[in-house]
Amino acid sequence: MSTIFGVPAPALFGQLLIGLINGSFYAMLSLGLAVIFGLLRVINFAHGALYMLGAFTAYLLLTFTGIGYWPALIVAPLLVGVVAVVIERVMLSRLYGLDPLYGLLLTFGLALIIEGAFRYWFGAAGKPYAPPPLLTGGVNLGFMFLPIYRGWVVVASLAVCLGTWLLIEKTKLGSYLRAATENATLVQAFGVNVPRLLTLTYGFGAALAGLAGVLAAPVYQVSPLMGSNLIIIVFAVVVVGGMGSILGAIVTGYLLGVLEGLTKVFYPQGSSIVIFVVMAVVLLVRPAGLFGREA
Amino acid sequence: MSDAPLLDVRQLHAWYGESHVLHGVDLDIREGETVTLLGRNGAGKTTTLRAIMGILRRREGVIRLRGQDLIGVPLHRTAKAGLGYVPEERGIFASLSVEENLTLPPKVAEGGMSVDEIYRLFPNLHERRTSQGTKLSGGEQQMLAIARILRTGVKVLLLDEPTEGLAPVIVQRIGEVLVELKRQGMTILLVEQNFRFAKKVADRFYLMEDGRMVDSFPGHELDARMDQLHDVLGV
Repeated sequence: MSTIFGVPAPALFGQLLIGLINGSFYAMLSLGLAVIFGLLRVINFAHGALYMLGAFTAYLLLTFTGIGYWPALIVAPLLVGVVAVVIERVMLSRLYGLDPLYGLLLTFGLALIIEGAFRYWFGAAGKPYAPPPLLTGGVNLGFMFLPIYRGWVVVASLAVCLGTWLLIEKTKLGSYLRAATENATLVQAFGVNVPRLLTLTYGFGAALAGLAGVLAAPVYQVSPLMGSNLIIIVFAVVVVGGMGSILGAIVTGYLLGVLEGLTKVFYPQGSSIVIFVVMAVVLLVRPAGLFGREA
Repeated sequence: MSDAPLLDVRQLHAWYGESHVLHGVDLDIREGETVTLLGRNGAGKTTTLRAIMGILRRREGVIRLRGQDLIGVPLHRTAKAGLGYVPEERGIFASLSVEENLTLPPKVAEGGMSVDEIYRLFPNLHERRTSQGTKLSGGEQQMLAIARILRTGVKVLLLDEPTEGLAPVIVQRIGEVLVELKRQGMTILLVEQNFRFAKKVADRFYLMEDGRMVDSFPGHELDARMDQLHDVLGV
């Protein structure tokens, strides 16, 4: 069996793939957080719960209505987006202009309530969700075995991230978002309905989390706590990438996922803290993050 | 020029938080007129523009544009009513290119200039249209801040110290642009410290002190009133 740096090649590539998968979710989730933080200045602690809500929506659709994976990829993000729009309109929008801590507290409380409710209804145990028939099985790439669904997750998340980046950097709507991130009052004075832009942005960021949840359902198990397990790492990704930086969130998400995977190969004991070590170092050297603008 | 004012401000009061900064401002501008607010720093000139525009939300009194009262109008509908705002700090967006900055404000009425016409008026902006907005020189940023409002078709321009900190040649260029805008029928409310600049474009002056208007006179009286102005403005 061939080895690389003294590690069997299949093990190395296997962990790299797992890292890339985790990185895909880090990227999609931190992207939503970054978009929301950039414009609303809200640290959205409910993001993990919204991701869980996406996965559960897919699970419930399949269990109770027989609606499968592909429709769920559309329906679940839409539903999560609508939930988020309601949250923003009814609660979050009342906190703009106050200390950002209030937004953090509100979303943190909401996360606890949503996760608590799902634990109450469904228990803490994970529920399996089978990948769709089209994406089951795997291919032997010669140097490793690639489960097709995992390959799909990486491709899909790259497409989602690229699409979001294009939307923000290359479209008119994106230019409103970028400008309002810098100076919302002036953009509103130009006649742009900024309150609606804030609502849509929160809904969009949440829908991204919901989409990530559906993609994650066949990889991890669907459980009420799946979001809270992930969200702390995702916050670290956002901080390393630079608060509010879109590109930073995407690139850092994949990089840290892969780094975590590699650490599992070479120094398994360190794999659960490596991201936080990187965060500490980045904060010491570049407090604004790798891609952040120095204030 | 009709006699009814296009923009009519009566007893405008405004507050920054708890502090009462405008104490009953009265001002009116007829269609096509250029009116300049003079006053010391802190007299309330910028605040008056911000309160009329609705950026300063804590305000009372009457602000009528073509008869429509703007006091209860949300900020994002003020532009639609026909007001365009060029802030003192210019407000060019760093994350947008020059062209994105230029096309950012939505059109609110017919009759605005096209992007091509604007580029003809400001060739520098065309040359640098793909640059980052804030990479422009101060003068170019000011041109851009004015230009982007011209696209929208608004008929009333609130212009806050457009010449501040700019080289004389740029100031002259901005003066030419304002004269051209007047010729096209734009109504302009200008805050300006530079008398020589203001004299060229203003039909009328208001003098502000401590959050209210204390005097008003036609443009041709500026020279005769220099002593009074130096006194009040402390310049």
